[in-house]
Amino acid sequence: MKSFRKLVRPYILWSLVLIVVPLILIVLYAVTTGGNRLVNIQFTLDNFKKIIEPIYLTVFSKSFQLGILTVVICLILGYTLAYVISRFNEKTQNILILFVTIPMWINTLLRTYAWISLLSDNGLINSLLQTLGFDSIPMMYTDFAVIVGLVSDLLPFMVIPIHTSLCKIDKSLIEAAQDLGANRFQTFWRVTFKMSIPGVLNGIIMTFLLSISTFVIPKLLGGGQYMLIGNLIENQFISIGDWNFGSAISLLLAAVILLAIRFMKKIDKDETEEE
Amino acid sequence: MKKKKKIFSVLYIGACFLFFYLPIVVTMVFSFNSGKSLTKMSGFSFRWYESLVTNKSIMEAVYVSLSIAVLATILSTILGTVTAIGLSKNRKILKEIILNVNNISIMNPDIVTAIGLMILFSSLKMEKGYLTMLLAHVSFCTPYVITNVYPKVRKLDPNLANAAMDLGATPFQALVKVILPMLKEGIYAGILLSFTMSFDDFVISYFVTGNGVQNISIIVYNMTKRTNPTINALSTIVILVIILTLVLVNTIPAILRKKREKKEALQENINLD
Repeated sequence: MKSFRKLVRPYILWSLVLIVVPLILIVLYAVTTGGNRLVNIQFTLDNFKKIIEPIYLTVFSKSFQLGILTVVICLILGYTLAYVISRFNEKTQNILILFVTIPMWINTLLRTYAWISLLSDNGLINSLLQTLGFDSIPMMYTDFAVIVGLVSDLLPFMVIPIHTSLCKIDKSLIEAAQDLGANRFQTFWRVTFKMSIPGVLNGIIMTFLLSISTFVIPKLLGGGQYMLIGNLIENQFISIGDWNFGSAISLLLAAVILLAIRFMKKIDKDETEEE
Repeated sequence: MKKKKKIFSVLYIGACFLFFYLPIVVTMVFSFNSGKSLTKMSGFSFRWYESLVTNKSIMEAVYVSLSIAVLATILSTILGTVTAIGLSKNRKILKEIILNVNNISIMNPDIVTAIGLMILFSSLKMEKGYLTMLLAHVSFCTPYVITNVYPKVRKLDPNLANAAMDLGATPFQALVKVILPMLKEGIYAGILLSFTMSFDDFVISYFVTGNGVQNISIIVYNMTKRTNPTINALSTIVILVIILTLVLVNTIPAILRKKREKKEALQENINLD
């Protein structure tokens, strides 16, 4: 049995080189200047100071606003969908959930591309509006298009965990609440919703994480001028070539997200311990 | 009252599914358009499928996507499974460190993983292209294999391998003939996840590739600047393949189970007679 212990060794080396070292390199680039030549690096915090400049701050606040808006929309639409699905019998539920998961497996890029042909100025929705005698509405390259793209991409990540925790609820608890005189709203709010909170938190983390780090959806549906954190990072690495500043932004993004996940997990743990 | 509720449920689910599937269906329908328009059907044709097959760079991208997905799946499944088995036999500290590193890799936003690898490859002066893309894919798929296989390893009886070896099996035989078959479910889940994640990846591939090596996602990204029904044809094929795989993965085990149950029931009947 002891001979199996050695089986981890290749992966220790592998994860050190391909997971740990890249993270260290990002930190290193974030706190130095001198670009890609390691000969003349110098320690500095300028990269972080640059983030506070107004142009970049607006990018950050826009990303957060859009991320929060996406999460809220996903939560409302997704909770309703998960709740409605959970009222069906088990067999139907499985089929419906399969249909919710299928889009998650299809390439985001292809699905976002598909939205372009619906939303563009001479796209399907606008030509429908025109045949009905309305003016066409410009939708591409607006916040609306980006949010539609984000919500359709991320909604399954909200529905699945909420559905899972709704299914776990013991039906007799709901009956008990009703027997004890709670009305339907009270039963929902104080029993069903309260017990689905772990799923809700999980969904919020996933959708928020994915929405603030995306750069494909804003680029395709928001246009080349549309700037979110992801696009800013891409720009620094691909077109501008300021890897140090790009690393500083990435480091901040990773820190925010990892901390958010930790925080949510802690709430989740406290919640389950209370019970 | 109850009926009204049911109607609302069905309508709401229908609306949500329309939201999910309408763009995909529209893409598929217009891939058969004889004209170049993405809004007016002027007739049915396979013209865009022909231009897809004859387009050399798209066919190359399909080859890159498929071959990388297959290789990355094989490599990360082996690496991940072997690690998961070894992990349970190690000291707690090492276990925790590796599982935490795994979690960070899974939770880290794609774009951060991507630039980390990009900096790594250029610091090592590696030429960006097929090899760097493959390494990157193995690196982000393996943690998913480990998280799927490790829980199954923990459920194994620790004496199982010892028993096999007491009965004369070499450690390798014990591994292949006793342990691996018991981890089947976790390994299958890891394979499915690795393959689809690698096949669908855009962000990481985009940052670590170079020298004109493109996968499907990258070529679509570069072609979206102009409307191009060839992409619709490509999308249609990719989407159909993925949906078919998912339906098979979801139905085959159930069908096999039913068949086995039927057989068992039959046998029982025969025995009773």
